[in-house]
Amino acid sequence: MPSPRYWREKANRFHLEAARCQGCGGVTFPARTICPACRGTEFETLYLSRKGKVVTSTVVHVGPNEFQMEAPYAMAVVETPEGGRLMVQVVDCEPSDVLPGLEVSLEFRLIRREGHGGILCYGHKGVPVG
Amino acid sequence: MAGIVGYGAYIPRNRIKSEEIARQWGKDPQAISRGLLIQEKSVPGLDEDTITISVAAGRGAVARAGIDPALIGALYIGSESHPYAVKPSGTIVSEVLGVTPEVHVADFEFACKAGTEAMFVALGLVESGRVEYAMGIGADTSQGAPNDALEFSASAGGAAYIFGKERLLVEVLDTYSYTTDTPDFWRREGEFYPRHGGRFTGEPAYFKHVLSATRAILDRSGYKASDFRHAIFHMPNGKFPLSAGKQLGFTKEQMAVGWVVPLMGNSYSGSSPTGLAAVLDIADPDDLILITSFGSGAASDSFVLRATDLLPQRVERAATVKSMLEGPRHYLTYGEYAKYREKIILND
Repeated sequence: MPSPRYWREKANRFHLEAARCQGCGGVTFPARTICPACRGTEFETLYLSRKGKVVTSTVVHVGPNEFQMEAPYAMAVVETPEGGRLMVQVVDCEPSDVLPGLEVSLEFRLIRREGHGGILCYGHKGVPVG
Repeated sequence: MAGIVGYGAYIPRNRIKSEEIARQWGKDPQAISRGLLIQEKSVPGLDEDTITISVAAGRGAVARAGIDPALIGALYIGSESHPYAVKPSGTIVSEVLGVTPEVHVADFEFACKAGTEAMFVALGLVESGRVEYAMGIGADTSQGAPNDALEFSASAGGAAYIFGKERLLVEVLDTYSYTTDTPDFWRREGEFYPRHGGRFTGEPAYFKHVLSATRAILDRSGYKASDFRHAIFHMPNGKFPLSAGKQLGFTKEQMAVGWVVPLMGNSYSGSSPTGLAAVLDIADPDDLILITSFGSGAASDSFVLRATDLLPQRVERAATVKSMLEGPRHYLTYGEYAKYREKIILND
């Protein structure tokens, strides 16, 4: 990911900035300019809680090159109490234990390295609670 | 008076036992564990580094302080494992914590003392009135060369402290620093692992500075060892801090809570700050607390602290050190450890 794009995504990667549609109340993450549910264009900015529940998950055994060291790893769609959904890696547990209903906290972690000399890209990952 | 208004700590969940490392190199596990008084150490995950540890600890500190993070006017991170050689860890941490943009940020390095160094400067800025709040963080994902004595101790973790003048959790009664040029431990530019002077790291380095700094702060503050409920000394291994404390007149009971090294190893810049966090987690109002750090090169910072009535009310706002030391852990084999610490050479 080029540095400028990573920099532009700081609001959602660092602060979990989302948007609530003023028309239907749906929460989108990351924020969009058009609501995918009602096509509304008026939004309220909100920040997702750093906790949520796994809605669905999978285990990646053959990942992209940059994630080979981490395989097998769990990817999950996590829903926060605000209704926002985000796709995150779930770490610090056995990947096979990441199942729907698992409560996770969203913790700040290194997502990927841009090669040996590039920037380090950070964001949030799920960590099982308790 | 200035003091600590919030604190937090973070210890990764991965662990490796001393006996697992000893077995790898054909050493006697019992002798190693007995000699260093370290049972196991924390190991960072592939996605954990000084920045992520600082954010986790910093979030705990903000939660306990209950302040708007935008009011933090200075943020300093002490570490010898900043992920970038050129680009501050502090900018990322400040941004994530919501401290930017009106903040003075710097990364500090002073071997294992960089954490208290950051705390020392943060405190000074608050005392001077230059900023309302300042955060000092000590965090590391320290490296020890394979089959070196350091490999049994070098671990990961850290703690963050917010200093202010109102609603104090802990009063800072006095500080003192003792510094000389002593080449006991170093890592040259571009080198992956640090090197050390073996037994030279003991008497002329660790003990000289820790004992000198502690004796001086006791002398100038007018307190004696028996006045303190808790004492924390930098923990390069289990033995050094106990020996230093004993020479200074402290009992094992006074050092027990902050002596976290047997279960987490030496998290370098995070070592004594994490020990202090463990003490604050259980301290009672009016408890006197002494902390003396040590950083090779070499120097010690000492702080005399007193807990306030507010401290116990704020502890539960963030994870305690005990909950992380004794909570969910994942034990690694040496092979997994070598992978996690990137000791294995791979093709691009």
